[in-house]
Amino acid sequence: MNSVLIFLIIIFSLSLFFYGKSKSKTISINNNIKLNALPKFYGYYLVLWCSIPALVFLLVWSLFEPVIIKSIIIDTAANQGAIFNDKNEANLIYEKIKAIHLGTYLGDIDSILKESALSYAKFINLFTNSKIVLIFGIIIASIIYSLNKIKNNNKARDDVELILKGLLFASSLIAILTTLGIIFSLLFESIKFFSVINVFDYLFGTNWSPQRAFVRDASAITEAEYAELKDAFGFIPLIAGTSFIAFIAMLVAVPVGLFSGIYMAEYASIKIRRVSKPIIEILAGIPTVVYGFFAALTVGPFFRQVGESFGLSVSSESALAAGLIMGIMIIPYVSSLSDDVINSVPQSLRDGSYAIGATKSETIKKVVIPAALPGIIGSILLAVSRAIGETMIVVMAAGLAANLTINPLESTTTITTQIVMILVGDQEFDSPKTQSAFALGLTLFIATLILNYIAQRAVKKYREKYD
Amino acid sequence: MTKEERLKKRHSAEKRFRFYGIVSIFVALLFVLILVHNIFSKGSSAFMKTAINVEVFFDPELIDVQNGASIDEIMQSDFFDITIETLLKTYPVNDFDQENELIDLFTTDAELEIKRALIDNNNLIGKRINLEITASDDIDQLHKGNYPRDLPEDRRRISNFQLQIYDTLVENKKIVKNFNNYFFKNGDSRDPELAGIGGALVGSFYSIIICLLLAFPVAVLASIYLEEFAPKNKITDFIEININNLAAVPSIVYGLLALQILLATIQLPRSTPLVAGITLALMTLPRIIIPCRASLKAVPPSIREGALAVGASKFQSVFHHVVPLALPGTLSGTIIGLAQALGETAPLILIGMVAFVVDIPSTPIDPSSSLPVQVYLWSESAERGFVEKTSATIMMLLSFLIVMNFLAVYLRQKFEKRWN
Repeated sequence: MNSVLIFLIIIFSLSLFFYGKSKSKTISINNNIKLNALPKFYGYYLVLWCSIPALVFLLVWSLFEPVIIKSIIIDTAANQGAIFNDKNEANLIYEKIKAIHLGTYLGDIDSILKESALSYAKFINLFTNSKIVLIFGIIIASIIYSLNKIKNNNKARDDVELILKGLLFASSLIAILTTLGIIFSLLFESIKFFSVINVFDYLFGTNWSPQRAFVRDASAITEAEYAELKDAFGFIPLIAGTSFIAFIAMLVAVPVGLFSGIYMAEYASIKIRRVSKPIIEILAGIPTVVYGFFAALTVGPFFRQVGESFGLSVSSESALAAGLIMGIMIIPYVSSLSDDVINSVPQSLRDGSYAIGATKSETIKKVVIPAALPGIIGSILLAVSRAIGETMIVVMAAGLAANLTINPLESTTTITTQIVMILVGDQEFDSPKTQSAFALGLTLFIATLILNYIAQRAVKKYREKYD
Repeated sequence: MTKEERLKKRHSAEKRFRFYGIVSIFVALLFVLILVHNIFSKGSSAFMKTAINVEVFFDPELIDVQNGASIDEIMQSDFFDITIETLLKTYPVNDFDQENELIDLFTTDAELEIKRALIDNNNLIGKRINLEITASDDIDQLHKGNYPRDLPEDRRRISNFQLQIYDTLVENKKIVKNFNNYFFKNGDSRDPELAGIGGALVGSFYSIIICLLLAFPVAVLASIYLEEFAPKNKITDFIEININNLAAVPSIVYGLLALQILLATIQLPRSTPLVAGITLALMTLPRIIIPCRASLKAVPPSIREGALAVGASKFQSVFHHVVPLALPGTLSGTIIGLAQALGETAPLILIGMVAFVVDIPSTPIDPSSSLPVQVYLWSESAERGFVEKTSATIMMLLSFLIVMNFLAVYLRQKFEKRWN
């Protein structure tokens, strides 16, 4: 239905373009006047007026229609005596009603369900009909309005440009809408989670085992259940695992990235630079699932073998394997950014240092790096934020059990791994377990936001100094 | 310490420092090599499959269709007996156990392959032909040399009797290697010899197209607004900060956003390229806006002023002059953004793209997989055959990425204008 409507709107708009164009021409010839804009702008004007209000209306309508119909149907079903205790059962009944309507439901159909299915059909019909009527109403109204403007010899170009400018502005607002969407979707579920689990129990608990939290009704939780839940959602092992793996990753990425950045900026000939820089940047372009596969199937078992030959017990999902591979993935973030930052240190500083007899490495160590330090730290912080938000490598190579350990040969788990593990497969509605994933997401979002903010400030502030 | 010694020390420190730099670059390059080599050596064999040459007699007694039967009739009729008959003829067996072991050498889809032979040539009934039936995964791996023959029998999935059949078949040149068309044509399967990336390819294609259609126009319009029209005020500052932050938000957070808003609130269908495309578009948006703005900024003001001087409006100067000049840079930024979106896995897992989907999606609202998710799914499978399938999928994924990146570099170099 919607696609037909969209198609009709497009056809309408296109024909209006030609109509507006020729109409404005006739007006100018018949009345022997020069219009305020070229004929095509009158065409554009009609197109914009015909399509935008109708499309926006259609979009808003389609977003809200299912929600409204659902709540009406569930309410009427309840009034007719359908019994459901919570949202899940209501959803189930609603799905049944929809299936009956489509003729795909195979179970027994009682009178209530049958009635509801009929009223569902009625509502769908009503909504679809009123949607069509309203859309055509809107189109006709806007055509009348815009045709009137042509007759009055409006300044169509200015109007068209104003509308387009509005469109441009609306496009840039999508970024804000996305941010709001992220914040609200994380916040709502997190608030539900924290209304069951105490924030302090979450932040300072040392035990993470959400699989224990099988609570049917989170809103009416008993004392005994809460005592059970209280230490199922301890955040400490996750943040410990996350920072531990990120730390190992940094041990790899910072020296390798920094030294290759320095080498490329200060020593390498243009030829070497031209070859090696893109190759190192390939590392950033490889999908993380590929790294995860490599870490899980090649590096993990390799470490295990090496460990066994030394008589060490190495878990095949180890923090070391995940951290090492993650470090390699991050090398280009450090090297490219620090290369840029070092390059923007003015040559005069180096020349000054050479003039008093310093060697190249002394100049780099004593002059260039200190001058570029804020930028370098910024690039390292950005890399840390990548590391803590990175998902696939740790999901595939780090392990699942929340283990408070500092032994890199053991398996450990991270925030992102747990989010994936909780949300894969069948999720229970409104259970603290599902909601805890959103609480973890919120924590991750805030942590990366802070890191990025500091990093961007550091990089920017430093750059301004020499520009 | 004398002056000379000190100088010597300083010079050797210089050499050391330089050496560290070379080592670092070398380590990074070495890793690229190891990774690529590892993937290619594991994955290249997946493009071939092992088949066993058998003689099929389309015995009219055993099948209930005649010559000239339609495809539907053939697909619906029972070819089980003729399949078993055919397979058992490949090697003399004595008892039921041995029969089972012999049949296990072939793929579970042998019946379908015989049907297809009949569909391809519809007057075979009553005739004998030679047909290459796909071997089971274990035989496939054995023939490719990936299977450890020297393990004791009870730790092998292939019995000694099966090895014996295999060796005889090899001697009689009955075992052949074919191009593995299943890998590109089929959807996912529990049997490695039948599993393919057809479904994942289509799913990825739909997702990326939807992502492009949503992200590209919005990103270009937003960049034009911010770069050309936006007044310098609090609102535009705020938008700008937002875009920079969004570019750095971990991808999994977008998965949570999609789960909550697209699936739970708007109730779009789960596991579909539509939802994947929208999620990826939201994620890609800031990654396109940033390079797009940079290329708009690189167009010198003289172009704009020239247009304005001959009486163009602000809009005309931007859309007729600045945007076309900035287009190559914009496009190359878009392609790189899409390449990143193509490899993205974590948010797709959260919106349910990890469901086991056998059918190849025909529309963007059918459940489907995508290439990176297929890599993730297969990497968790225990069968040995999936390791090469996974690596081969990675090879496909990487080759798409390389093509996209080359395209981006080409666009930039071919159309880039130097203004000074």
